[in-house]
Amino acid sequence: MFPFDRSNGAASGSLLSARPRWGEKIIEKVIFANGMLAIIVLLGVLFILLRQGIPALVETPIHKFLFGTAWYPVSDPPTFGILPFFVATMWVTVVSTVLAVPIGVGAAIFLAEIAPRKVADAVKPIVELLSGFPSVVMGFIGLVLLSPWIQNTLGLNTGLTGITAGIMLAMMSLPIIVSVSEDALRAVPEDFRQAAYGLGSTRWEVIWHVCVPSALSGISAAVMLGVGRAIGETMTVLMVAGGALALPELPVDPMMPMTAAIASGIGNAVQGGPQYHALFAIGLILFLLTLFVNLIAARVLERQKRKFTAG
Amino acid sequence: MEIKNIKSRYLTQRVAIVILAVSALLVIIPVIGIIIYMIANGYSSLNWEFLTASPAQAGKAGGILPAILGTVYLMLGTILFALPVGIMAGVYLSEYTRANWLTRLINMAIINLAGVPSIVFGLFGLAVFVLGLNLGMSLLAASLTLAAQALAMTITTSREAIIAVPKEYREGSLAIGVSKWQTIRHIVLPQASPGILTGAILAMSRAAGETAPIIVVGAAFLVGGLPVSPFDRFMALPYHLYTVSAHIPGMPGEIKWGVALVLIAMVLFFNMLAGIVRIKARKR
Amino acid sequence: MNQVSMVTVNNKNNANVQPEGEARLRMENVNLYYGEFHAVKDISLDISSSSITAIIGPSGCGKSSLLRLFNRMNDLIPSARIEGLVEFDGVDIYQPGIDVVELRKRVGMVFQKPNPFPMSIYDNVCFGPRRHGIRNKRALDDIVEKSLIQAALWDEVKDKLDQSGLSISGGQQQRLCIARVLAVEPEVILMDEPCSALDPIATLKIEDLMRTLSASYTIVIVTHNMQQAARVSDMTAFLMVGDDRAGMLVEYGQTSEIFTNPKNKKTEDYITGRFG
Repeated sequence: MFPFDRSNGAASGSLLSARPRWGEKIIEKVIFANGMLAIIVLLGVLFILLRQGIPALVETPIHKFLFGTAWYPVSDPPTFGILPFFVATMWVTVVSTVLAVPIGVGAAIFLAEIAPRKVADAVKPIVELLSGFPSVVMGFIGLVLLSPWIQNTLGLNTGLTGITAGIMLAMMSLPIIVSVSEDALRAVPEDFRQAAYGLGSTRWEVIWHVCVPSALSGISAAVMLGVGRAIGETMTVLMVAGGALALPELPVDPMMPMTAAIASGIGNAVQGGPQYHALFAIGLILFLLTLFVNLIAARVLERQKRKFTAG
Repeated sequence: MEIKNIKSRYLTQRVAIVILAVSALLVIIPVIGIIIYMIANGYSSLNWEFLTASPAQAGKAGGILPAILGTVYLMLGTILFALPVGIMAGVYLSEYTRANWLTRLINMAIINLAGVPSIVFGLFGLAVFVLGLNLGMSLLAASLTLAAQALAMTITTSREAIIAVPKEYREGSLAIGVSKWQTIRHIVLPQASPGILTGAILAMSRAAGETAPIIVVGAAFLVGGLPVSPFDRFMALPYHLYTVSAHIPGMPGEIKWGVALVLIAMVLFFNMLAGIVRIKARKR
Repeated sequence: MNQVSMVTVNNKNNANVQPEGEARLRMENVNLYYGEFHAVKDISLDISSSSITAIIGPSGCGKSSLLRLFNRMNDLIPSARIEGLVEFDGVDIYQPGIDVVELRKRVGMVFQKPNPFPMSIYDNVCFGPRRHGIRNKRALDDIVEKSLIQAALWDEVKDKLDQSGLSISGGQQQRLCIARVLAVEPEVILMDEPCSALDPIATLKIEDLMRTLSASYTIVIVTHNMQQAARVSDMTAFLMVGDDRAGMLVEYGQTSEIFTNPKNKKTEDYITGRFG
């Protein structure tokens, strides 16, 4: 009814002879390819670790590799036993978890259940600030501030120990533990609380007997994520754990967690040489370990989410 | 519950609340303490020369300009690779998939990718980019490595931002014979851009602070001159901080604190920028 | 024309129960499922050109689902499954090879909640034409003016075309959405309860607009407001939920017939307000 200008490609086509829209088809293919990229990169990482790490496990039988206590990469013949690194990783992770979980969950309960909204809103950015601290900065703080203090207080020869690293790791795991636990607590339906108050419970009883149990799976996911973070953290442990190659017996010993072993060894490793492959094998173990922890965390978190949503 | 117990029940409650409040303080006091301490110690070394000169006397004097520039280039390089890919993957996951096994698999991959230790990405980058593609220990190889690591974040934030665009806008566009891709391009992406931008800035800030991967792919402590090509070797602030604080004996304290302060200022500046963008977007 | 018109509607052809002439849109034994849920059951319906057809019925009876079958908007719901024949100008629009984009360009849609894009009034109207390749500034200016005039909105917004489409009133927003559809020159306009979010005055304006537009467009409107159906439509389809919760067509005919002399007891109960 109006003299529209139909000369420039706007003409109505037939319903059946669809315009091909090649450009869009190509774009959609590209988008699909990119959608697959997360899988490709993850599999790529696994593939590289396997390809470069397997030769080390052929050279050194896997039980000797995992349970050997000597790491002499440049001797002839070299010896690759990673038990000291593995135990070191366990020690720093345990110290970190023991410290971070009670403090982090306690803080989360305080923020979600007790603190007035204004206080919680003021604290949140500070916690987020902490999560933005680069790990090298935390390592630096541990090196110059915490380690002298640890050395003096515990009367040690060196302040660079597993416990020093564990404390710094605890600080670094706090943001994720606090925020995931807080979310889990806030997701507990208000009716649960009302019902418990209706039975004459005190506020603390409501928190302890109703809210925390209801949020427990979310809180455990938070703990798993914190553990995953502590296992994979590199710079902090590289700088403050002490770097000793011996099998650590106590958290106060200097030690070399797996991540630090890779970071400190890779610069000297000859490409394609035995040490190079051995370091990739450590990477493979780290990858599988964190994959395992994260899968559990994801599974638990998924269940928590479903708990209050599915009818 | 017995009446005589009510006093002890309230006592328990009071003790518990005090413990919880102390936990919260234990989380925030160290953060504030570190920031104050860092400013107090690093402030004196911040001057024009420190920020604009190259290192002298093996890093014990002079400035840190090459390291600052290296970090800026790494941030840009990372986002150059990670953002377009992240947006497209986000579009795919929010607009082109249905809930099926493939989508679940991709989501699983993203979650796990986010949990892979940074040092492992370093090994990946070393094998694939430095040696495999023969890019050498270059800015380019390091950017690609950090981009692989940043992917999980750019994909997740893009997807969330895209999903948050109201369905009504998509329908309004589709209902007048605008194709799906045009709807995404002209309606969905512009609407999602603040959220995508927030994620991009956070990914850049994280790339600025990453150290372990660039140790593996070969950051340098001292390089003559400033980086001019993506194939150059490079210095970077976090690696510089690592080296001056852990490896060079007799390093003057103000250099260490100065480097740390510049690094944290850069990282926190971008974090805050992301926060501002997010708040602005929410207001709209 | 007949000498007596029972309902104050502008009937073009109230001689037969079924519309005269070529059917623009046609449904034959159409079933729609969302997963397990049977939303629309065995519906057959002819809609002729240059008329207004109202689809009425209690809420949840599948009116909107039925409407969305005509421009394949149900495609957006992953679990939707369709059986039966839906034709536009004699073409089966669910056959493979159909250009859905072209279909939606010809069969435009206006939604329940006004949904102007978060951009200027001008850009809102231009959005479709631009995507369809019109770049010429003067051509676009013409389209904006003509579409807004047609949508009876021009006088109210001509001085603020660069203001956000979200800054005007709800009724104006809905007319803007109608203008946005008109700008791509559709042949059919589907309206999904277009006035349910609007006040009575804005509603009357939209109804007037529909009457004007019906001279040149085929309009299908879903409404829960029976007076609205009686006021504006030529034909009325009454839908109801069956015992199996699926929506089914109870009666379809001239609006005047449906509202004064319904053949089905259920229709009579509904329009006299006994349920619904």
